[in-house]
Amino acid sequence: MKYFGFKASTGAAALVAVGGLGAISAFASTSHVVSQAEKAFSTKKMEVAVGDSITFVNDDKVKHNIVIKKMDVSSGIQKPGEKIDVLFDKNGKFKVRCGIHPKMKVTVVVK
Amino acid sequence: MNLLDISWRSLIAGGVFAAAMPAMAAEQIATRTVAGVDPAELQKMIELNVRPNAIPFPEENPYSVEKAELGKMLFFDPRLSGSNLLSCASCHNPSFGWEDGQPTGAGHGMNRLGRHTPTVLNLAWGEIFMWDGRMDSLEEQALGPIQADVEMAQPLDELIAELQAIEGYRELFAAAFPDQEISEETIGQAIATYERTIVSNRAPFDHWVDGDESAISESAKRGFVIYNTKANCVACHSGWNMTDDSFHDIGLDTDDVGRAAEMNDMPEFKHAFKTPGLRNIVERAPYMHNGSLATLGEVIDHYATGFAERPSLSDDIKPFELSAAEKDDLIAFLESLSSEDDPVEIPVLPN
Ligand SMILES: [Cu+2]
Repeated sequence: MKYFGFKASTGAAALVAVGGLGAISAFASTSHVVSQAEKAFSTKKMEVAVGDSITFVNDDKVKHNIVIKKMDVSSGIQKPGEKIDVLFDKNGKFKVRCGIHPKMKVTVVVK
Repeated sequence: MNLLDISWRSLIAGGVFAAAMPAMAAEQIATRTVAGVDPAELQKMIELNVRPNAIPFPEENPYSVEKAELGKMLFFDPRLSGSNLLSCASCHNPSFGWEDGQPTGAGHGMNRLGRHTPTVLNLAWGEIFMWDGRMDSLEEQALGPIQADVEMAQPLDELIAELQAIEGYRELFAAAFPDQEISEETIGQAIATYERTIVSNRAPFDHWVDGDESAISESAKRGFVIYNTKANCVACHSGWNMTDDSFHDIGLDTDDVGRAAEMNDMPEFKHAFKTPGLRNIVERAPYMHNGSLATLGEVIDHYATGFAERPSLSDDIKPFELSAAEKDDLIAFLESLSSEDDPVEIPVLPN
């Protein structure tokens, strides 16, 4: 099962319940946003909680995509303006890359 | 001794790493001239080629002398193959720019492989590995060819048992990885650490970048400008190691789908292969992912007009016309990227 997909606009919000990193509820999760611009992610490293999702927003003028080898995620082409939601449901350290521009990368630590 | 002349070996031995070495500031670059080229434009082109002064090692697998030494043993050890005849160095031979001089590699049972052996030079700066980028780290990459049936055909569990049975290796692993068993991970980490130390020395081109006007010929200087302008090689072969680490269909006659196999069959990646760096490129013939072009002249002809027009062709591939003299200039520039590297001592392996 691959947890990613193109969402038109506020798609990620649907996943969001109340609570943050320290939430107790099993259903609590946070949605984070990472922007892609100038062939770079807006951050190089981030920490999220198990069950959180990240919305990758292509704010660039060129196509990108999202590849996470360890999670078997490969998103297909992500045109400018398109968003990709990824649910991180297992703990570990994951390298998220653009498969088109491999120098674009962000490390996501899921705790 | 000029700081810039310190060899990579002494940088490593002295434990001097990125944080300790200041990057060369742009203002230190002397003003250079090439006839007919705007000095400011030339300066911009040159600044993009300033070399880093230290090798980057990842947080997950930091450098140690012991790891690099063990990795070198493993790299040159034919017992890493099922036949005990092929080592990593059989194909990645330091004499041929860490390639094999063949159009495509030869693996287990002398089987011809489908693609040209890529160099291991300067991979410390690599992002993802193999012609199609299917390996995410050098650690992971190192284990790929060892296990592949058509390459070294060595199951890793058997290899671990073989290495464990050799006292010298038990000691080397214990020194490199205290409190760890010999494992896939430690084998991969040791080889990757050694590979990261394989760096081309400063070439004549680098000395020119550093400000030595006489380091390269006038022809090579003109070639550098052609590389950056008319021929637009720099669109993909960018930076000091001359690669964007990305993937492009450059219009070669090939059935190989390349990166598309890795990327959900995305049409954009059909026949796309990773841009190789161009350091020591003269020593690395023949060229291209399938070794189909014998000389740099043929490569230039391919990019000028020889490519196939097809939907997946990279937007950066556009025809250009060079005179015979301009072509010679471009080749002279590419020749200036070859460094005189330290001799590689073949290790005596533990028995
Ligand atoms: Cu990208």
